[in-house]
Amino acid sequence: MRIDCPNCGMRDSGEFTYLGAASLMNRPTGGAGFHAYVNLRDNPAGEHAELWQHSAGCRAWLRVVRNVSSHRVLAVELAREVAR
Amino acid sequence: MTRLARYGHGVDTGVSIPFTFDGKPYCGHPGDTLASALQANGVRVMGRSFKYHRPRGVLSADSTEPNALMEIGTGAERLPNTRATTQELFEGLSARSQNRWPSLGWDVMALNDMLSPFFGAGFYYKTFMWPASFWEKLYEPLIRRAAGLGRLSGLPDPARYDKATAHCDLLVIGAGPAGLMAALTAGRAGKRVILAEEEPLVGGRLNGEAIEIGGHSGLDWASGIRDELQSLPNVTLMLRTTVTGAYDGGTYGALQRVADHVPNPAEAPRQTFWNIVARHALLTSGAHERMIAFANNDRPGVMLGSAVRTYLHRFGVVPGQRVAVFTNNNDGWRTARDLLDAGVTVTALIDTRADAVPDLDCPVMTGAQVVNTAGRLGLERLTVAHSDGSRTQVNANVLAVSGGWNPALHLGSHMGARPVWRDDIAAFVPAGDGVPGLRAAGAAHGDFSTHAALQNGAQLAADLFGQDLPDIPQAEDAPTTITPFWHVAGKRAWLDFQNDVTVKDVQLAHRENFRSVEHMKRYTTLGMATDQGKHANVPALAIMAELTGQSISDTGTTIYRPPYTPVQIGALAGRQKGAHFAPERRSPAHAVALKAGAKWVDAGLWKRASLFPARDEKYWRQTCDREVLMVRNNVGVCDVSTLGKIEVLGPDALTLLDRVYATGLATLAQNRVRYALMLREDGLVMDDGTVTRLGQAHYLLSTTTGAAGQVLSHLEFCAQCLWPELDVQIAAVSDQWAQFAIAGPKARTALEGLLDGAVDLPFMGYAPVRIGGVDARLFRISYSGELGYELAVPARFGAALFATLIKRVASLGGGAYGLEALNVLRIEKGFLTHAEIDGRVTLDDLGFGRMGAAKEDFIGQEMAHRPGLGGLQLVGVKPAGVVRQLTGGALLFDLEDAPVRENMRGHTTSVAFSPVLGHMIGLALLQDGRARIGEQLRMVDHVRDVTTICEVVSPVFIEQTGGQGNG
Repeated sequence: MRIDCPNCGMRDSGEFTYLGAASLMNRPTGGAGFHAYVNLRDNPAGEHAELWQHSAGCRAWLRVVRNVSSHRVLAVELAREVAR
Repeated sequence: MTRLARYGHGVDTGVSIPFTFDGKPYCGHPGDTLASALQANGVRVMGRSFKYHRPRGVLSADSTEPNALMEIGTGAERLPNTRATTQELFEGLSARSQNRWPSLGWDVMALNDMLSPFFGAGFYYKTFMWPASFWEKLYEPLIRRAAGLGRLSGLPDPARYDKATAHCDLLVIGAGPAGLMAALTAGRAGKRVILAEEEPLVGGRLNGEAIEIGGHSGLDWASGIRDELQSLPNVTLMLRTTVTGAYDGGTYGALQRVADHVPNPAEAPRQTFWNIVARHALLTSGAHERMIAFANNDRPGVMLGSAVRTYLHRFGVVPGQRVAVFTNNNDGWRTARDLLDAGVTVTALIDTRADAVPDLDCPVMTGAQVVNTAGRLGLERLTVAHSDGSRTQVNANVLAVSGGWNPALHLGSHMGARPVWRDDIAAFVPAGDGVPGLRAAGAAHGDFSTHAALQNGAQLAADLFGQDLPDIPQAEDAPTTITPFWHVAGKRAWLDFQNDVTVKDVQLAHRENFRSVEHMKRYTTLGMATDQGKHANVPALAIMAELTGQSISDTGTTIYRPPYTPVQIGALAGRQKGAHFAPERRSPAHAVALKAGAKWVDAGLWKRASLFPARDEKYWRQTCDREVLMVRNNVGVCDVSTLGKIEVLGPDALTLLDRVYATGLATLAQNRVRYALMLREDGLVMDDGTVTRLGQAHYLLSTTTGAAGQVLSHLEFCAQCLWPELDVQIAAVSDQWAQFAIAGPKARTALEGLLDGAVDLPFMGYAPVRIGGVDARLFRISYSGELGYELAVPARFGAALFATLIKRVASLGGGAYGLEALNVLRIEKGFLTHAEIDGRVTLDDLGFGRMGAAKEDFIGQEMAHRPGLGGLQLVGVKPAGVVRQLTGGALLFDLEDAPVRENMRGHTTSVAFSPVLGHMIGLALLQDGRARIGEQLRMVDHVRDVTTICEVVSPVFIEQTGGQGNG
């Protein structure tokens, strides 16, 4: 698999580290939302927004939209830009 | 047997190459494969079959070969299951047949063949069922002994392998007519092209046919294109290279056999495994001819028609004097025509189609079928049944069978796409979008004529890069005319030659209701050998379709997975074996420690000094005890460079750290150090370390050695994904600084005069210092409980500083200490490592229950208090009975309970012998541990068989020490 890092260009997935669903960016402020934030995940057989870090490159965290059935990467953005 | 004059364009008969097969010497020529050379020498039997040990000869002339598998080489270099059809001959090659004892001609296990009525599909499942106790002792060893073909050497592989990466605009897989035209079109357009060809020469089927292209022989045309491609700097022709797999994102695996055909490869790697990244790829891998199943169709001498033509044209070999041809399509006629042209006797052309009118000068039998073969250790004659029911015997020692063609579509289904059946050509073709970026052309796409291949290959490449279509040379454009014919009724007709599966086995699978292709495959093992059923799958599922009354399209096919042909693990490993399996990290002071006699221990990728044995010390404990007492009573120095070091800078640095650490940091003054813990968002402890405030908005964090990467990533996640509004920078500086702990009552004395200035720091204080003009960092922190400092210098001065420190402490009666002593010192003080912070403990479990209570929000705060979390509290344990031993990871039980899992109360995490106390001590995680201090428990180590009565105590074993850390 290859990921098009906005900073570095198209790189092999071996340079990246996977964390999990991009919903991890939406940290709740109050107490009630934490159970869902920590424990609950969608498990779609299709498009999935997820977090990858270019750990052997620029170390940017990326929000990658990927089809988990075909491994086709549909969009890559800097997580910092998305979070702002 | 000699070579035919005017034939054999691929071999140089002017040069002879000696080789051996089963110890017997033979001669071949440059350009030969092992299979062609053996056949030229009249060798027919090349192996014994897997299950029934039937004699087998060559079936094919390419990498699909299921029969002629051999061991190549001797000693450690021996390579089993090598296909004789692809192994190029070289001087001194030593080949050995497999799966036979005592000899190829007379094999004891051929008894299995007599017993074949009992050994049908599902034999194992039905037979080795009961009694259960027989399985481990009798059945499994029996099966294991009988299983497998070739033998591994059992020795480390001395060959060298490489891994490499290549990038291109267009990867062309197969250099037949379609591939050559595609590569030429893209190459002329200036695109970066890689043309990968499995064989050592370009041309594909042209090498085995008498086909003309543009008025020239196909061979001349192919060499002309090859010469032009090689003149283009943007085109790379990779011969002897099999593309083995298609992967995500346009990446392909390819195995290049660099030196498998060279007697003494010297410096060259044996094979190189390529990772090819291609913007586009074309599958021009051609097609494989099919067998027809009939009784005893596995007798040596029964071959594929295309293989007979390849041996004739490329190698000048006809493996028999009398050849018969059996076909269900016009393509089979070529074999007869080419052989007749070469002056070979064709004793019969047997065509299953009653309406076929081959115009050939040999006995022709239409509407006829081969129903049996005969001959000892090789074909001598065959029985033909005619449509009127009559039978004739035909003399032949070669039978060339043409059952139609299967496009070599395997790579097209490597990402899960199912091939698509086409009735008009009676074959599966690759699904159009099976692998993104991969298109099939020519025979691989089901377009079997030479003209279609040329046209197709050029057209696809031209379309991809917006080029005009080049001139397509004239070539034959015969339509595919085939009447599907899969098997002749009769006994023991082979489908899968490598796994010994017959038509009868498929019928049995059908009777026993294993009717889906996936069930049939697993029940009969058809297609599960190293050839992945390249010959067997399509006929087998066609027969299953007949039995179920479904169409082939509805029956479907199993899919193929990488690798296309077997790849040795050694090639995938490349040079990453032994010491190169993983990178090794060394402290900047590694060489100094080595000189000081360090014994090493692996800590992740790091090499850390575990002990510094003195000359008279024989056991590790002697060294460890001495080093511990040295620190407690005197002074020692230890390399702690491997600890993670991260700098956090910026106006919002404190805000970020305060949200990441459970420990409050708002009150941390400049030049002060604080011990701090961070949690995961689920409320469990992630890591511990120190935070030092170097400046107004400048912090230095330390992490444990193992968690350095995780903590860095976590901080970056927090800064980029959670709170991007914070103005903060994070820099990993672990490798920039070498750091040493100086600990013991004389630690201050050891540093006096070393620094440019006074050594006057309060406990948990920090000061920027200078050593001989070099900026350094001095911390008053202690992981041993003794008066302790840690001194950090830029990494390039680490070795010099460590050497100086060892000399200084030695002059005070101290010395260097390693990880073992460090561990004992910290256990004596109840300090933590990841043995305690095991990912399942809370702050309260570790005795930090009140930490963070006053803070507003930090990672893990919310979830740290959810019900049911934690419960195993950190305590100390010491032996209280006769047995004085403690072990790490042992289980703790109440005295009155049986030592079984249900009664477990906790476990030991770290143990050590304390030379100060004179007995073993341990840290443990125990249910309600703090309330049980003073009670006795039973420690049971089921693995090492140790049972000890121990007392629960405070995790801090030594309160008062000679030179107090906080004094």
